[in-house]
Amino acid sequence: MNKLKSINKRSWLSSPYIVWIIGFTVIPMIVIFRYALTNPDGGFTFSQITAILDPVHLRALVFSLEIAVGSTLVCILLSYPLVLAMRRLNLGKQGFALFILILPMWMNFILRVLAWQMILSKNGILNFVLKGLGLEPLAIANTGTAIMIGMVYDYLPYMVLPIFNAVAEIDEDIIEAAKDLGAGGLTIFRKIILPLSIPGLLSGIVMVFVPSMTSFVVSDILGGGKLQLVGNIIEQEFTKNMNWNLGSGLSVSLMIFVLISMAFTMKHDVEGKGSAIW
Amino acid sequence: MVERIKDWISRFYLGLIILFLYAPIAVLIVLSFNSSRSRVVWGGFTLNWYSRLFSNRQIGEALSTTLIVALLSALIATVIGVLGALGIHAMREKNYQLVMVFTNIPMVNADIVTGIALMLWFVHFIPLGFGSVLLAHITFNIPYVILSVMPKIRQMNVSLYEAARDLGAGPVYGFFKVLLPQLAGGIVSGFFMAFTMSMDDFVITYFTKGPGVNTLSTMIYGEIRKGIKPEMYALSTLIFAFVFVILLAANYLPQRKKKTVKERR
Amino acid sequence: MIMKKRVVGVVLLLALCMGICTTGCSGAQEKKGSLTVFNYGEYLDPAVLDMFFEETGIEVKYEEALTPEEMYTKYKAGAIEYDLLCSTDYMLEKLIKEGELQEIDIDSMENAENIGDKYWEFSEAFDPDNQYTVPYFWGTVGILYDKTKVNDPVDSWGVLFDGSYSGEIIMQNSMRDTLSVALKALGFSLNTNDENEIRQAYELLEKQKADVQAYLVDEARDEVVAGNAALALVYSGEAYLGKEYNPDLEYVVPKEGSQVWLDSWGVTKNCKNLEMAMQFLDFLCREDIAQMNFEYIYYSTPNDAVIEALSEEERADETLVPTENATENCEVCVQQEPEVVELENELWKELKAE
Repeated sequence: MNKLKSINKRSWLSSPYIVWIIGFTVIPMIVIFRYALTNPDGGFTFSQITAILDPVHLRALVFSLEIAVGSTLVCILLSYPLVLAMRRLNLGKQGFALFILILPMWMNFILRVLAWQMILSKNGILNFVLKGLGLEPLAIANTGTAIMIGMVYDYLPYMVLPIFNAVAEIDEDIIEAAKDLGAGGLTIFRKIILPLSIPGLLSGIVMVFVPSMTSFVVSDILGGGKLQLVGNIIEQEFTKNMNWNLGSGLSVSLMIFVLISMAFTMKHDVEGKGSAIW
Repeated sequence: MVERIKDWISRFYLGLIILFLYAPIAVLIVLSFNSSRSRVVWGGFTLNWYSRLFSNRQIGEALSTTLIVALLSALIATVIGVLGALGIHAMREKNYQLVMVFTNIPMVNADIVTGIALMLWFVHFIPLGFGSVLLAHITFNIPYVILSVMPKIRQMNVSLYEAARDLGAGPVYGFFKVLLPQLAGGIVSGFFMAFTMSMDDFVITYFTKGPGVNTLSTMIYGEIRKGIKPEMYALSTLIFAFVFVILLAANYLPQRKKKTVKERR
Repeated sequence: MIMKKRVVGVVLLLALCMGICTTGCSGAQEKKGSLTVFNYGEYLDPAVLDMFFEETGIEVKYEEALTPEEMYTKYKAGAIEYDLLCSTDYMLEKLIKEGELQEIDIDSMENAENIGDKYWEFSEAFDPDNQYTVPYFWGTVGILYDKTKVNDPVDSWGVLFDGSYSGEIIMQNSMRDTLSVALKALGFSLNTNDENEIRQAYELLEKQKADVQAYLVDEARDEVVAGNAALALVYSGEAYLGKEYNPDLEYVVPKEGSQVWLDSWGVTKNCKNLEMAMQFLDFLCREDIAQMNFEYIYYSTPNDAVIEALSEEERADETLVPTENATENCEVCVQQEPEVVELENELWKELKAE
């Protein structure tokens, strides 16, 4: 690990990226901070940032957290069996299977969410099928479950791809050797596949958890507007209430909150760095 | 026997996931043949929307803008992102963490916040239009590239690169012939994630675009109120069918060659 | 890996080809100038812009917005110099008060007389002397309901609040529209600045929430059409489409009165070429053009010439031509006091967080 760093003085490779970050992430952030730290009359205040502690906002934050954690967990639980199943396919088919996973994402997002609404609604396709099978219809529309389904649907590929990339890299010989030494399927998964896929898993968690904390379209359409996530409130402050200060303030506190949880993951990440290299 | 059951189970599971992923797509395809303008009423079978699609200039322009922006932004984001990831990985722990925090920021911000912030910033130096949309898309694409390349970099086998250098390969040659191929999986998936993000975005695009510039997403978003035009379903179906056919072709054509290689081995 | 690369290559190449092949073409008219026009999405027949260019040689750079607030945000950022914009009553009021619109000479427009007196009167709610805006489309807010599910004829807002259609109601996902209904149901003005009245209305909505299936904006109509809900609060134009798709539906503006909304055009203070802008506004008021837009959008038009040309049946349709009766107790939304707006925003969030 350290050898790699000392041999390659290659951090300069990131200079275009650093320039980009400064130009298009840091500077726009300053704009947002300026709004977040002032009240509509222009006076300095911390109240926009602390507004997240307002019971209404806090409740939305907790609900967003539940939905985001839930969606991330479901994505992880769905991804591992999927990746293992894909691993069983021969090499040519693996690439094909990957594209099959991405392909639906190329249909427009709003169209897909609207399609889900048609599937889940009271007289929708799912209940039609259930009725045909003689089963009780489900009342999923306009609930937290519907929002979760929408999120999992939308973000699943972002979890599968990095995990698959990590797992695909594992040498078949290692697994064979473990088998020869008497390791069962579960042990192989726990001792080899899981640890080796950690870097991919972490990327996946970031790419699923973070966007699902701020999304609002899925909850608006599939949640029937009865449930609000932090993303909905921020969106509303900007577009409906024209209160950019409060919107920015909430956004900044959400950002701090998410970055702290990311820093927590990062800590594990650093440990993961060691274990991933064995 | 056990292996065969396992194979069967894993195929069944794959099937379930595919059903989950393609159920809404199937709905969209069915809607493209619906003669009623409403998405919730079945008015009979028609191919009308397909013929109207081809005479609709606005949709054509939006499609070309969408594809060009998605391609360019994904390509540029991939180049900057891959180089960035390689560089960041070589940084000292502290800098590494700092840059990664900033990498996450475009994802942490709600789209509307990013969109408005970028608009207020762009106003100072670039007219809102195609260029500003492209810049914005590159900005929110890069994190996805970095996050999908990073795990690969961690797994990278550096001794291969060292060996190549020892055997006389220059740094550039070594980079393209030894380092890059090891990262290929991550680069490809990063590119596709970026491409997809770009195709789907509407909020950021809306705030950074100028008059006359439309992507399919902003167009569709504008149509929700009056009801999505069925031409859009037809277009989605065509794009889907088009890519799917290419995939099938690409999958089955080289497949045979591979088999023969295997047999020979 | 080889296979992946190949697929990537092929996909990219084809995508690029598709992209290049579809880039556009241009007409024969010589270009004399251009106008940058800001309007709502799907709110003008694109063919109208082509005709305008053919007749006048003025090219229209067309930009669309989804909501009045988004339009305002983009306009205020100043990145694009819009010449003309179309927005809704209360947003126009805000723009006029901020001095963003310039006075126009409506009498100089040849076709302005096509717009009926009634609509100029509506406009006075936000443009007191009819100096800034030209009406474009208008309508009411009312209840779209399914006759097969709702037995008694609906004529009052009460049906949304008495709990008899629990789980079958769809309200608007917009504070102002939904609150207006509660205010009207209680017999108050929807432009009230009385905190007490607003709190009463909020209590009504709070009680109602358990009965509400969803708060939607654009999908409300479809949910009733599909039979997922029995009653929905919708704009009259939406109701027209709903009835087209499902003949069992009926639309009513309750007797307590409701909101009348008006979308109008204004010329921005930055407009460089007032003469061209006026030409465009006049063009929109011309009967054949208003007719085209009407048939594209199917909202109520203020253009009397177009209404007169309608068939008997269409003219009797409450969703296309609201009657005097229906609009009698209705009000146009205007800006409320800032403290009141703040209170409403707070209450709305609380309602949603319940």
